[in-house]
Amino acid sequence: MNNHLADLPAWAAIPAALLLLAGAVLTLIGTVGLLRFGSFYQRVHAPTLGSTLGIGCILLASMLVFSVLESRAILHEVLITALMVVTTPITLMLLARAALYRDRSEGSDEVPPPPSGQDARASGTPQSQSGPDGGQAV
Amino acid sequence: MILTLLMGTIFLTQIMLVVAMAFATFRVLRGPRAQDRVLGLDTLYVTATMLLLTFGIRNGSILYFEAALIIALLGFVSTAALAKFLMRGEVIE
Repeated sequence: MNNHLADLPAWAAIPAALLLLAGAVLTLIGTVGLLRFGSFYQRVHAPTLGSTLGIGCILLASMLVFSVLESRAILHEVLITALMVVTTPITLMLLARAALYRDRSEGSDEVPPPPSGQDARASGTPQSQSGPDGGQAV
Repeated sequence: MILTLLMGTIFLTQIMLVVAMAFATFRVLRGPRAQDRVLGLDTLYVTATMLLLTFGIRNGSILYFEAALIIALLGFVSTAALAKFLMRGEVIE
């Protein structure tokens, strides 16, 4: 199994190793944050370290290794990069908004109450959100 | 020499990613509320994508990349659906 990596020259192997290590360390730090932070709104921030820079480093290492091994540009990893860049903010924003909605509807004192002028808008946010989301008329 | 370095780094990377997956699994099992579990699941998906990419580099196969792409896609869809479920009580209305 090792013979294909033996063809890799040192000028490509060392950056690939460093990128892999950086990606893994960033992901590990992010999940330690997910484990140790106190409240949900703090925990939302931690894993994005892995899902942006961590996966970016590993995808760069993969592109480097395969491009050098096959001596042509292998760029389909850009697909995963683009997917991650587009989807991570969407999912985490949906999740944080759902958590805020749940906490407010329970009357939790951990979150600030909706501003008084925006009472109707705050409770109407889920409704206006569901139209373009589900692609259906409300 | 260089090969040993690269293989050792890949091994270390896989160990770290598995530890990260264990932490995320802990958050899924022990999250105080439902949104913590969904967040842990999303982290688990992202880390599994990275682990598959590392396997691909190690074995020199493009097939792992396609599995990683599918996992990334399914992770987005499932997290979005679960967040919608948490907010509205149903996914498709």
